[in-house]
Amino acid sequence: MQHLYDLLIAPFVDFAFMRRALAGCLALSLGSGPIGLFLVMRRMSLMGDAMSHAVLPGAAVGFMLAGLSLPAMSLGGFVAGVLVAVLAGLATRFAGIKEDASFAAFYLLSLAIGVLLVSKSGSNVDLMHILFGSVLAVDDAALYLVSGVASVTLISLAFIYRPMLLESLDPVFLRSVGARGGLWHMAFLMLVVLNLVSGFQALGTLMAVGLMMLPAITARLWSESVEGMLVMAVSVAFVSGMAGLLLSYHFELPSGPAIILVAGLFYLFSLLFAPAGGALPRYIRARHFES
Amino acid sequence: MTVILDNLTVSYQRHPAVHHVSGSFVAGDATAIFGPNGAGKSTLLKAMIGALTPDSGHARLQGFARQDIAYLPQQSEIDRSLPVSVLDLVATGLWHRTGPFGKVGRAGLGQAMDALEQVGLADFAPRAISALSSGQFQRVLFARILLQDARLILLDEPFTAMDAKTTFDLLELVRRWKEEGRTIIAVLHDYEQVRAYFPHTLLLAREVVAWGRTEQVLTDANLKRAVDTAAHWQDRATVCQVDGVNV
Repeated sequence: MQHLYDLLIAPFVDFAFMRRALAGCLALSLGSGPIGLFLVMRRMSLMGDAMSHAVLPGAAVGFMLAGLSLPAMSLGGFVAGVLVAVLAGLATRFAGIKEDASFAAFYLLSLAIGVLLVSKSGSNVDLMHILFGSVLAVDDAALYLVSGVASVTLISLAFIYRPMLLESLDPVFLRSVGARGGLWHMAFLMLVVLNLVSGFQALGTLMAVGLMMLPAITARLWSESVEGMLVMAVSVAFVSGMAGLLLSYHFELPSGPAIILVAGLFYLFSLLFAPAGGALPRYIRARHFES
Repeated sequence: MTVILDNLTVSYQRHPAVHHVSGSFVAGDATAIFGPNGAGKSTLLKAMIGALTPDSGHARLQGFARQDIAYLPQQSEIDRSLPVSVLDLVATGLWHRTGPFGKVGRAGLGQAMDALEQVGLADFAPRAISALSSGQFQRVLFARILLQDARLILLDEPFTAMDAKTTFDLLELVRRWKEEGRTIIAVLHDYEQVRAYFPHTLLLAREVVAWGRTEQVLTDANLKRAVDTAAHWQDRATVCQVDGVNV
Protein backbone atom coordinates (compact mmCIF):
# COMPACT_ATOMS: atom_id res chain seq x y z
CA MET A 1 0.00 0.00 0.00
CA GLN A 2 2.78 2.34 1.01
CA HIS A 3 4.51 1.43 -2.20
CA LEU A 4 1.50 2.37 -4.34
CA TYR A 5 1.20 5.64 -2.44
CA ASP A 6 4.83 6.46 -3.17
CA LEU A 7 4.35 5.56 -6.80
CA LEU A 8 1.07 7.33 -7.60
CA ILE A 9 0.20 9.88 -4.93
CA ALA A 10 3.34 11.07 -3.16
CA PRO A 11 4.83 13.02 -6.09
CA PHE A 12 1.72 15.21 -6.18
CA VAL A 13 1.53 15.60 -2.42
CA ASP A 14 5.19 16.44 -2.01
CA PHE A 15 5.78 18.83 -4.88
CA ALA A 16 3.83 21.94 -5.81
CA PHE A 17 5.10 21.87 -9.40
CA MET A 18 3.62 18.39 -9.86
CA ARG A 19 0.27 19.54 -8.50
CA ARG A 20 0.30 22.52 -10.82
CA ALA A 21 1.19 20.30 -13.76
CA LEU A 22 -1.67 17.97 -12.86
CA ALA A 23 -4.14 20.84 -12.65
CA GLY A 24 -2.82 22.07 -16.00
CA CYS A 25 -3.37 18.63 -17.51
CA LEU A 26 -6.94 18.56 -16.23
CA ALA A 27 -7.71 21.94 -17.77
CA LEU A 28 -6.01 20.98 -21.03
CA SER A 29 -7.99 17.74 -21.19
CA LEU A 30 -11.29 19.56 -20.67
CA GLY A 31 -10.57 21.99 -23.48
CA SER A 32 -8.56 19.98 -26.00
CA GLY A 33 -10.44 16.69 -25.67
CA PRO A 34 -13.79 17.97 -27.01
CA ILE A 35 -12.09 20.14 -29.63
CA GLY A 36 -10.16 17.12 -30.90
CA LEU A 37 -13.34 15.10 -31.05
CA PHE A 38 -15.04 17.67 -33.26
CA LEU A 39 -11.97 17.77 -35.49
CA VAL A 40 -12.21 13.98 -35.90
CA MET A 41 -15.94 14.07 -36.57
CA ARG A 42 -15.52 16.81 -39.15
CA ARG A 43 -12.77 14.77 -40.86
CA MET A 44 -10.22 17.43 -40.04
CA SER A 45 -7.89 15.29 -37.91
CA LEU A 46 -4.82 16.61 -39.65
CA MET A 47 -6.00 20.20 -39.40
CA GLY A 48 -4.88 20.39 -35.77
CA ASP A 49 -1.39 19.46 -36.85
CA ALA A 50 -1.40 22.12 -39.55
CA MET A 51 -2.65 24.75 -37.12
CA SER A 52 -0.02 23.87 -34.53
CA HIS A 53 2.67 24.68 -37.07
CA ALA A 54 0.88 27.85 -38.06
CA VAL A 55 1.15 29.14 -34.50
CA LEU A 56 4.96 29.11 -34.52
CA PRO A 57 5.86 32.47 -36.16
CA GLY A 58 3.51 34.34 -33.86
CA ALA A 59 5.10 32.76 -30.82
CA ALA A 60 8.52 33.60 -32.25
CA VAL A 61 7.59 37.25 -32.78
CA GLY A 62 6.31 37.36 -29.20
CA PHE A 63 9.61 35.89 -28.04
CA MET A 64 11.64 38.44 -30.05
CA LEU A 65 9.70 41.36 -28.63
CA ALA A 66 9.32 40.29 -25.02
CA GLY A 67 11.65 37.38 -24.39
CA LEU A 68 10.41 34.18 -22.81
CA SER A 69 7.13 35.77 -21.79
CA LEU A 70 4.03 33.63 -21.82
CA PRO A 71 1.46 36.36 -22.55
CA ALA A 72 3.46 37.74 -25.47
CA MET A 73 4.15 34.37 -27.01
CA SER A 74 0.57 33.18 -26.50
CA LEU A 75 -0.91 36.31 -28.01
CA GLY A 76 1.49 36.12 -30.95
CA GLY A 77 0.70 32.46 -31.47
CA PHE A 78 -3.04 33.10 -31.34
CA VAL A 79 -2.82 35.94 -33.87
CA ALA A 80 -0.71 33.87 -36.25
CA GLY A 81 -3.02 30.87 -35.96
CA VAL A 82 -6.16 32.89 -36.56
CA LEU A 83 -4.50 34.68 -39.48
CA VAL A 84 -3.71 31.37 -41.16
CA ALA A 85 -7.25 30.11 -40.49
CA VAL A 86 -8.80 33.26 -41.96
CA LEU A 87 -6.50 33.33 -45.00
CA ALA A 88 -7.11 29.65 -45.69
CA GLY A 89 -10.84 30.18 -45.25
CA LEU A 90 -10.83 33.10 -47.68
CA ALA A 91 -8.79 31.12 -50.22
CA THR A 92 -11.27 28.26 -49.99
CA ARG A 93 -14.21 30.56 -50.39
CA PHE A 94 -13.00 32.82 -53.14
CA ALA A 95 -10.36 30.91 -55.09
CA GLY A 96 -11.83 27.44 -55.58
CA ILE A 97 -9.20 25.56 -53.54
CA LYS A 98 -10.30 22.75 -51.22
CA GLU A 99 -10.00 23.59 -47.55
CA ASP A 100 -7.31 21.03 -46.70
CA ALA A 101 -5.14 22.18 -49.58
CA SER A 102 -5.38 25.85 -48.70
CA PHE A 103 -4.62 25.10 -45.03
CA ALA A 104 -1.57 23.11 -46.11
CA ALA A 105 -0.34 26.02 -48.23
CA PHE A 106 -0.77 28.68 -45.57
CA TYR A 107 0.56 26.72 -42.61
CA LEU A 108 3.71 25.83 -44.54
CA LEU A 109 4.24 29.50 -45.32
CA SER A 110 3.68 30.33 -41.69
CA LEU A 111 6.01 27.58 -40.49
CA ALA A 112 8.80 28.74 -42.79
CA ILE A 113 8.49 32.28 -41.48
CA GLY A 114 8.50 30.94 -37.93
CA VAL A 115 11.64 28.85 -38.35
CA LEU A 116 13.35 31.79 -40.03
CA LEU A 117 12.48 34.13 -37.17
CA VAL A 118 13.54 31.70 -34.47
CA SER A 119 16.87 30.91 -36.15
CA LYS A 120 17.63 34.60 -36.68
CA SER A 121 16.72 35.76 -33.22
CA GLY A 122 17.17 33.01 -30.70
CA SER A 123 19.17 29.92 -29.91
CA ASN A 124 18.24 26.34 -30.65
CA VAL A 125 17.31 25.97 -27.00
CA ASP A 126 14.52 28.50 -27.46
CA LEU A 127 13.26 26.69 -30.53
CA MET A 128 13.27 23.45 -28.56
CA HIS A 129 11.27 25.12 -25.81
CA ILE A 130 8.63 26.44 -28.19
CA LEU A 131 8.36 23.11 -29.96
CA PHE A 132 8.35 20.89 -26.88
CA GLY A 133 7.36 23.04 -23.91
CA SER A 134 7.64 21.85 -20.35
CA VAL A 135 4.62 20.90 -18.33
CA LEU A 136 6.73 20.77 -15.16
CA ALA A 137 7.51 24.45 -15.51
CA VAL A 138 3.86 25.53 -15.59
CA ASP A 139 3.51 28.64 -13.41
CA ASP A 140 0.41 30.37 -12.10
CA ALA A 141 0.07 32.57 -15.17
CA ALA A 142 0.14 29.54 -17.44
CA LEU A 143 -2.38 27.80 -15.23
CA TYR A 144 -4.76 30.74 -15.47
CA LEU A 145 -4.35 30.79 -19.24
CA VAL A 146 -4.99 27.06 -19.63
CA SER A 147 -8.01 27.00 -17.34
CA GLY A 148 -9.39 30.21 -18.87
CA VAL A 149 -9.14 28.71 -22.35
CA ALA A 150 -10.77 25.48 -21.16
CA SER A 151 -13.70 27.45 -19.73
CA VAL A 152 -14.12 29.54 -22.88
CA THR A 153 -13.93 26.39 -24.99
CA LEU A 154 -16.57 24.47 -23.07
CA ILE A 155 -18.99 27.39 -22.97
CA SER A 156 -18.49 28.19 -26.66
CA LEU A 157 -18.91 24.57 -27.67
CA ALA A 158 -22.17 24.40 -25.78
CA PHE A 159 -23.37 27.31 -27.91
CA ILE A 160 -22.10 26.30 -31.34
CA TYR A 161 -22.60 22.56 -30.88
CA ARG A 162 -25.81 22.17 -32.87
CA PRO A 163 -25.09 24.36 -35.92
CA MET A 164 -21.54 23.05 -36.09
CA LEU A 165 -22.56 19.40 -36.03
CA LEU A 166 -25.33 20.08 -38.53
CA GLU A 167 -22.89 21.86 -40.79
CA SER A 168 -20.80 18.72 -41.16
CA LEU A 169 -23.82 16.43 -41.24
CA ASP A 170 -26.08 18.19 -43.69
CA PRO A 171 -24.68 21.51 -44.98
CA VAL A 172 -27.32 22.13 -47.66
CA PHE A 173 -30.13 21.72 -45.14
CA LEU A 174 -28.44 24.28 -42.92
CA ARG A 175 -28.32 26.69 -45.86
CA SER A 176 -31.97 25.98 -46.65
CA VAL A 177 -33.06 27.12 -43.18
CA GLY A 178 -31.08 30.28 -43.64
CA ALA A 179 -28.16 29.62 -41.29
CA ARG A 180 -24.63 30.53 -42.21
CA GLY A 181 -22.48 27.43 -41.84
CA GLY A 182 -19.23 29.29 -42.48
CA LEU A 183 -19.63 31.44 -39.40
CA TRP A 184 -19.74 28.47 -37.03
CA HIS A 185 -16.87 26.89 -38.83
CA MET A 186 -14.74 29.97 -38.29
CA ALA A 187 -15.69 30.16 -34.61
CA PHE A 188 -14.67 26.55 -34.25
CA LEU A 189 -11.29 27.12 -35.91
CA MET A 190 -10.64 29.95 -33.44
CA LEU A 191 -11.27 27.52 -30.60
CA VAL A 192 -8.79 25.10 -32.17
CA VAL A 193 -6.12 27.82 -32.28
CA LEU A 194 -6.94 28.94 -28.76
CA ASN A 195 -6.47 25.43 -27.38
CA LEU A 196 -3.22 24.87 -29.25
CA VAL A 197 -1.88 28.12 -27.85
CA SER A 198 -2.96 27.17 -24.34
CA GLY A 199 -1.24 23.81 -24.70
CA PHE A 200 2.05 25.04 -25.96
CA GLN A 201 3.55 26.35 -22.73
CA ALA A 202 2.90 22.99 -21.14
CA LEU A 203 3.48 20.61 -24.01
CA GLY A 204 4.99 22.65 -26.82
CA THR A 205 3.29 23.33 -30.14
CA LEU A 206 3.98 19.85 -31.47
CA MET A 207 2.85 17.86 -28.44
CA ALA A 208 -0.26 19.99 -27.77
CA VAL A 209 -1.82 18.45 -30.89
CA GLY A 210 -1.15 15.02 -29.42
CA LEU A 211 -3.30 15.62 -26.37
CA MET A 212 -5.97 17.03 -28.69
CA MET A 213 -6.11 14.24 -31.25
CA LEU A 214 -5.06 10.95 -29.65
CA PRO A 215 -7.73 10.89 -26.89
CA ALA A 216 -10.36 12.01 -29.41
CA ILE A 217 -9.51 9.29 -31.92
CA THR A 218 -9.40 6.77 -29.08
CA ALA A 219 -12.83 7.92 -27.89
CA ARG A 220 -14.36 7.21 -31.30
CA LEU A 221 -13.37 3.59 -30.86
CA TRP A 222 -15.18 3.28 -27.54
CA SER A 223 -18.54 4.97 -27.95
CA GLU A 224 -21.24 5.47 -30.54
CA SER A 225 -22.81 8.60 -29.11
CA VAL A 226 -21.35 12.09 -29.06
CA GLU A 227 -21.88 12.34 -25.29
CA GLY A 228 -20.05 9.08 -24.64
CA MET A 229 -17.19 10.15 -26.88
CA LEU A 230 -16.86 13.49 -25.10
CA VAL A 231 -16.59 11.83 -21.70
CA MET A 232 -14.16 9.27 -23.06
CA ALA A 233 -11.94 11.83 -24.80
CA VAL A 234 -11.62 14.00 -21.70
CA SER A 235 -10.99 10.98 -19.47
CA VAL A 236 -8.32 9.49 -21.71
CA ALA A 237 -6.62 12.87 -22.00
CA PHE A 238 -6.57 13.40 -18.24
CA VAL A 239 -5.43 9.89 -17.33
CA SER A 240 -2.70 10.14 -19.98
CA GLY A 241 -1.64 13.45 -18.48
CA MET A 242 -1.46 12.03 -14.97
CA ALA A 243 0.32 8.82 -15.99
CA GLY A 244 2.71 10.76 -18.21
CA LEU A 245 3.59 13.10 -15.35
CA LEU A 246 4.32 10.18 -13.04
CA LEU A 247 6.45 8.47 -15.66
CA SER A 248 8.38 11.63 -16.25
CA TYR A 249 8.86 12.09 -12.47
CA HIS A 250 10.00 8.56 -11.69
CA PHE A 251 12.14 7.97 -14.77
CA GLU A 252 13.29 11.53 -15.42
CA LEU A 253 11.72 11.64 -18.88
CA PRO A 254 10.62 14.82 -20.65
CA SER A 255 6.98 15.21 -19.62
CA GLY A 256 5.39 16.23 -22.96
CA PRO A 257 6.40 13.15 -24.95
CA ALA A 258 5.72 10.93 -21.92
CA ILE A 259 2.12 12.19 -21.77
CA ILE A 260 1.57 11.79 -25.48
CA LEU A 261 3.11 8.31 -25.48
CA VAL A 262 0.70 7.19 -22.76
CA ALA A 263 -2.18 8.57 -24.85
CA GLY A 264 -0.69 6.67 -27.78
CA LEU A 265 -0.67 3.45 -25.77
CA PHE A 266 -4.35 3.99 -24.98
CA TYR A 267 -4.96 4.41 -28.68
CA LEU A 268 -3.04 1.27 -29.69
CA PHE A 269 -4.84 -0.76 -27.03
CA SER A 270 -8.22 0.58 -28.18
CA LEU A 271 -7.38 -0.11 -31.78
CA LEU A 272 -7.31 -3.77 -30.86
CA PHE A 273 -9.88 -4.10 -28.08
CA ALA A 274 -12.32 -1.17 -28.07
CA PRO A 275 -15.97 -2.25 -28.49
CA ALA A 276 -17.14 0.37 -31.01
CA GLY A 277 -14.55 -0.09 -33.73
CA GLY A 278 -11.59 -2.06 -32.36
CA ALA A 279 -10.19 -4.83 -34.56
CA LEU A 280 -10.84 -7.82 -32.31
CA PRO A 281 -14.50 -7.10 -31.39
CA ARG A 282 -15.15 -6.69 -35.08
CA TYR A 283 -13.45 -9.98 -35.78
CA ILE A 284 -15.15 -11.93 -33.02
CA ARG A 285 -18.69 -10.97 -33.92
CA ALA A 286 -21.17 -10.78 -31.10
CA ARG A 287 -24.23 -12.92 -31.79
CA HIS A 288 -26.76 -10.84 -33.63
CA PHE A 289 -30.24 -10.01 -32.45
CA GLU A 290 -33.36 -11.62 -33.76
CA SER A 291 -34.64 -9.62 -36.69
CA MET B 1 -47.64 33.29 -52.95
CA THR B 2 -45.73 32.28 -56.04
CA VAL B 3 -42.35 30.95 -57.01
CA ILE B 4 -40.99 32.93 -59.94
CA LEU B 5 -37.83 32.31 -61.91
CA ASP B 6 -36.73 35.47 -63.62
CA ASN B 7 -34.12 34.95 -66.34
CA LEU B 8 -32.13 32.70 -63.99
CA THR B 9 -28.64 31.61 -65.01
CA VAL B 10 -26.35 29.52 -62.79
CA SER B 11 -23.04 28.24 -64.08
CA TYR B 12 -20.08 26.11 -63.06
CA GLN B 13 -16.76 27.47 -64.35
CA ARG B 14 -18.65 29.74 -66.75
CA HIS B 15 -20.54 26.82 -68.30
CA PRO B 16 -24.21 27.40 -67.57
CA ALA B 17 -26.06 24.53 -65.87
CA VAL B 18 -29.25 26.58 -65.78
CA HIS B 19 -29.47 29.01 -68.67
CA HIS B 20 -31.87 31.97 -68.84
CA VAL B 21 -34.76 30.16 -67.22
CA SER B 22 -37.94 32.15 -66.69
CA GLY B 23 -41.38 31.10 -65.56
CA SER B 24 -43.46 30.49 -62.47
CA PHE B 25 -44.50 27.46 -60.45
CA VAL B 26 -48.16 26.91 -59.66
CA ALA B 27 -48.71 27.60 -55.96
CA GLY B 28 -50.57 25.01 -53.91
CA ASP B 29 -49.87 22.23 -56.37
CA ALA B 30 -47.17 19.72 -57.31
CA THR B 31 -44.68 20.37 -60.09
CA ALA B 32 -42.09 17.88 -61.28
CA ILE B 33 -38.77 18.99 -62.67
CA PHE B 34 -37.91 16.43 -65.30
CA GLY B 35 -34.95 16.10 -67.62
CA PRO B 36 -31.80 14.15 -68.45
CA ASN B 37 -28.66 14.07 -66.27
CA GLY B 38 -26.80 17.36 -66.40
CA ALA B 39 -29.95 19.28 -67.24
CA GLY B 40 -29.52 21.58 -64.22
CA LYS B 41 -32.40 20.24 -62.12
CA SER B 42 -30.58 20.06 -58.77
CA THR B 43 -28.75 23.28 -59.55
CA LEU B 44 -32.08 25.00 -60.04
CA LEU B 45 -33.34 23.82 -56.64
CA LYS B 46 -30.15 24.89 -54.90
CA ALA B 47 -30.36 28.32 -56.47
CA MET B 48 -33.94 28.58 -55.22
CA ILE B 49 -32.93 28.02 -51.59
CA GLY B 50 -29.94 30.31 -51.94
CA ALA B 51 -27.26 27.64 -51.63
CA LEU B 52 -25.90 28.66 -55.05
CA THR B 53 -25.50 32.20 -56.29
CA PRO B 54 -26.91 32.89 -59.76
CA ASP B 55 -24.79 34.55 -62.45
CA SER B 56 -27.79 36.60 -63.39
CA GLY B 57 -31.52 36.72 -62.76
CA HIS B 58 -33.39 35.68 -59.61
CA ALA B 59 -35.44 32.97 -58.05
CA ARG B 60 -38.16 34.87 -56.18
CA LEU B 61 -40.13 32.99 -53.54
CA GLN B 62 -42.86 35.57 -53.11
CA GLY B 63 -44.91 35.22 -49.96
CA PHE B 64 -42.69 32.48 -48.54
CA ALA B 65 -40.57 33.25 -45.50
CA ARG B 66 -37.53 31.13 -44.60
CA GLN B 67 -39.52 28.95 -42.27
CA ASP B 68 -42.05 28.18 -45.01
CA ILE B 69 -39.47 26.30 -47.05
CA ALA B 70 -38.42 22.69 -46.61
CA TYR B 71 -35.68 21.18 -48.71
CA LEU B 72 -34.76 17.53 -49.19
CA PRO B 73 -31.11 17.21 -50.26
CA GLN B 74 -29.75 14.32 -52.27
CA GLN B 75 -28.53 11.64 -49.92
CA SER B 76 -24.97 11.85 -51.19
CA GLU B 77 -24.74 15.33 -49.67
CA ILE B 78 -25.30 14.06 -46.13
CA ASP B 79 -22.45 12.64 -44.07
CA ARG B 80 -24.01 9.63 -42.39
CA SER B 81 -20.83 8.56 -40.62
CA LEU B 82 -21.49 11.06 -37.83
CA PRO B 83 -22.76 9.62 -34.55
CA VAL B 84 -26.24 11.14 -34.65
CA SER B 85 -29.43 9.33 -33.72
CA VAL B 86 -32.46 9.13 -35.99
CA LEU B 87 -34.59 11.10 -33.53
CA ASP B 88 -32.00 13.90 -33.28
CA LEU B 89 -31.79 14.21 -37.05
CA VAL B 90 -35.58 14.45 -37.37
CA ALA B 91 -35.66 17.03 -34.58
CA THR B 92 -33.44 19.36 -36.65
CA GLY B 93 -36.70 19.96 -38.57
CA LEU B 94 -37.67 22.20 -35.64
CA TRP B 95 -34.81 24.59 -36.46
CA HIS B 96 -37.13 27.51 -37.08
CA ARG B 97 -38.50 27.21 -33.58
CA THR B 98 -35.26 26.34 -31.79
CA GLY B 99 -32.70 28.22 -33.83
CA PRO B 100 -29.07 27.29 -33.30
CA PHE B 101 -29.25 27.39 -29.48
CA GLY B 102 -32.85 26.88 -28.38
CA LYS B 103 -34.14 23.85 -26.57
CA VAL B 104 -36.02 21.13 -28.46
CA GLY B 105 -37.85 20.10 -25.33
CA ARG B 106 -40.15 17.21 -24.58
CA ALA B 107 -42.95 18.55 -26.78
CA GLY B 108 -40.52 18.88 -29.70
CA LEU B 109 -39.23 15.35 -29.25
CA GLY B 110 -42.83 14.15 -29.09
CA GLN B 111 -43.56 15.79 -32.42
CA ALA B 112 -40.42 14.22 -33.88
CA MET B 113 -41.62 10.81 -32.68
CA ASP B 114 -45.01 11.46 -34.29
CA ALA B 115 -43.32 12.27 -37.57
CA LEU B 116 -41.25 9.07 -37.38
CA GLU B 117 -44.43 7.14 -36.63
CA GLN B 118 -46.01 8.52 -39.80
CA VAL B 119 -43.16 7.23 -41.96
CA GLY B 120 -43.26 3.88 -40.14
CA LEU B 121 -39.95 4.15 -38.32
CA ALA B 122 -40.94 4.85 -34.71
CA ASP B 123 -38.85 1.90 -33.49
CA PHE B 124 -35.75 3.35 -35.11
CA ALA B 125 -35.68 6.57 -33.08
CA PRO B 126 -32.64 5.76 -30.90
CA ARG B 127 -30.58 4.11 -33.64
CA ALA B 128 -27.57 5.72 -35.28
CA ILE B 129 -28.21 7.14 -38.74
CA SER B 130 -25.24 5.13 -40.02
CA ALA B 131 -27.19 1.93 -39.29
CA LEU B 132 -30.04 2.67 -41.74
CA SER B 133 -30.53 1.54 -45.31
CA SER B 134 -30.89 4.29 -47.88
CA GLY B 135 -34.65 3.64 -48.08
CA GLN B 136 -35.05 3.91 -44.31
CA PHE B 137 -32.90 7.00 -44.27
CA GLN B 138 -35.08 8.62 -46.92
CA ARG B 139 -38.12 7.99 -44.73
CA VAL B 140 -36.27 9.73 -41.89
CA LEU B 141 -35.65 12.76 -44.10
CA PHE B 142 -39.33 12.82 -45.03
CA ALA B 143 -40.18 12.73 -41.33
CA ARG B 144 -38.03 15.83 -40.90
CA ILE B 145 -40.01 17.56 -43.65
CA LEU B 146 -43.24 16.59 -41.87
CA LEU B 147 -41.86 18.28 -38.77
CA GLN B 148 -40.88 21.40 -40.70
CA ASP B 149 -44.52 21.80 -41.69
CA ALA B 150 -43.50 23.98 -44.62
CA ARG B 151 -45.77 25.47 -47.27
CA LEU B 152 -43.13 25.12 -49.98
CA ILE B 153 -41.44 21.72 -50.24
CA LEU B 154 -38.47 21.17 -52.53
CA LEU B 155 -37.40 17.56 -53.12
CA ASP B 156 -34.16 16.67 -54.91
CA GLU B 157 -34.43 13.18 -56.43
CA PRO B 158 -36.53 11.84 -53.55
CA PHE B 159 -37.10 8.37 -54.99
CA THR B 160 -33.77 7.51 -56.59
CA ALA B 161 -32.69 3.99 -55.55
CA MET B 162 -35.86 3.48 -53.47
CA ASP B 163 -37.79 0.20 -53.65
CA ALA B 164 -41.43 0.12 -54.77
CA LYS B 165 -42.91 0.10 -51.26
CA THR B 166 -40.83 3.02 -50.00
CA THR B 167 -41.52 5.00 -53.16
CA PHE B 168 -45.24 4.34 -52.85
CA ASP B 169 -45.39 5.32 -49.15
CA LEU B 170 -43.45 8.53 -49.72
CA LEU B 171 -45.47 9.43 -52.81
CA GLU B 172 -48.60 9.12 -50.67
CA LEU B 173 -47.08 11.74 -48.39
CA VAL B 174 -46.59 13.95 -51.43
CA ARG B 175 -50.23 13.40 -52.35
CA ARG B 176 -51.26 14.39 -48.82
CA TRP B 177 -49.16 17.55 -48.93
CA LYS B 178 -50.78 18.42 -52.24
CA GLU B 179 -54.24 17.99 -50.74
CA GLU B 180 -53.21 20.21 -47.84
CA GLY B 181 -52.52 22.95 -50.37
CA ARG B 182 -48.74 22.95 -50.04
CA THR B 183 -46.54 23.79 -53.01
CA ILE B 184 -44.30 20.88 -53.99
CA ILE B 185 -41.43 21.02 -56.46
CA ALA B 186 -39.60 17.74 -57.00
CA VAL B 187 -36.74 16.63 -59.22
CA LEU B 188 -37.76 13.27 -60.64
CA HIS B 189 -36.52 10.68 -63.09
CA ASP B 190 -39.53 8.41 -63.36
CA TYR B 191 -42.04 9.18 -66.05
CA GLU B 192 -44.85 7.16 -64.43
CA GLN B 193 -44.43 8.87 -61.04
CA VAL B 194 -44.62 12.26 -62.68
CA ARG B 195 -47.76 11.41 -64.59
CA ALA B 196 -49.49 9.86 -61.59
CA TYR B 197 -48.71 12.43 -58.90
CA PHE B 198 -47.58 15.70 -60.48
CA PRO B 199 -50.13 17.74 -62.43
CA HIS B 200 -47.44 20.15 -63.66
CA THR B 201 -44.01 19.55 -65.16
CA LEU B 202 -41.01 21.66 -65.98
CA LEU B 203 -39.00 19.86 -68.64
CA LEU B 204 -35.48 21.18 -68.25
CA ALA B 205 -32.36 20.79 -70.37
CA ARG B 206 -30.35 23.71 -69.04
CA GLU B 207 -33.06 25.78 -70.70
CA VAL B 208 -36.81 25.37 -70.43
CA VAL B 209 -37.88 22.83 -73.04
CA ALA B 210 -41.51 22.92 -71.96
CA TRP B 211 -43.38 24.00 -68.81
CA GLY B 212 -47.05 23.45 -68.08
CA ARG B 213 -49.61 20.67 -67.64
CA THR B 214 -47.77 17.37 -67.41
CA GLU B 215 -49.65 15.67 -70.25
CA GLN B 216 -48.82 18.55 -72.59
CA VAL B 217 -45.18 18.75 -71.53
CA LEU B 218 -44.13 15.10 -71.56
CA THR B 219 -44.60 14.44 -75.27
CA ASP B 220 -42.17 12.38 -77.33
CA ALA B 221 -41.08 15.41 -79.30
CA ASN B 222 -40.32 17.44 -76.17
CA LEU B 223 -38.44 14.58 -74.50
CA LYS B 224 -36.29 14.07 -77.57
CA ARG B 225 -35.55 17.76 -77.70
CA ALA B 226 -34.52 17.72 -74.01
CA VAL B 227 -32.07 14.86 -74.53
CA ASP B 228 -30.57 16.52 -77.61
CA THR B 229 -30.10 19.86 -75.86
CA ALA B 230 -28.52 18.37 -72.73
CA ALA B 231 -26.10 16.27 -74.75
CA HIS B 232 -24.93 19.33 -76.62
CA TRP B 233 -21.84 20.41 -74.68
CA GLN B 234 -19.32 22.71 -76.28
CA ASP B 235 -15.75 22.76 -75.08
CA ARG B 236 -15.07 26.11 -76.62
CA ALA B 237 -18.41 27.81 -76.23
CA THR B 238 -18.59 31.48 -77.10
CA VAL B 239 -19.66 33.99 -74.49
CA CYS B 240 -23.43 34.22 -74.15
CA GLN B 241 -24.83 37.55 -75.34
CA VAL B 242 -28.42 37.24 -74.14
CA ASP B 243 -27.99 39.74 -71.33
CA GLY B 244 -26.20 42.14 -73.66
CA VAL B 245 -23.27 42.24 -71.25
CA ASN B 246 -19.94 40.72 -72.16
CA VAL B 247 -18.71 39.06 -68.98
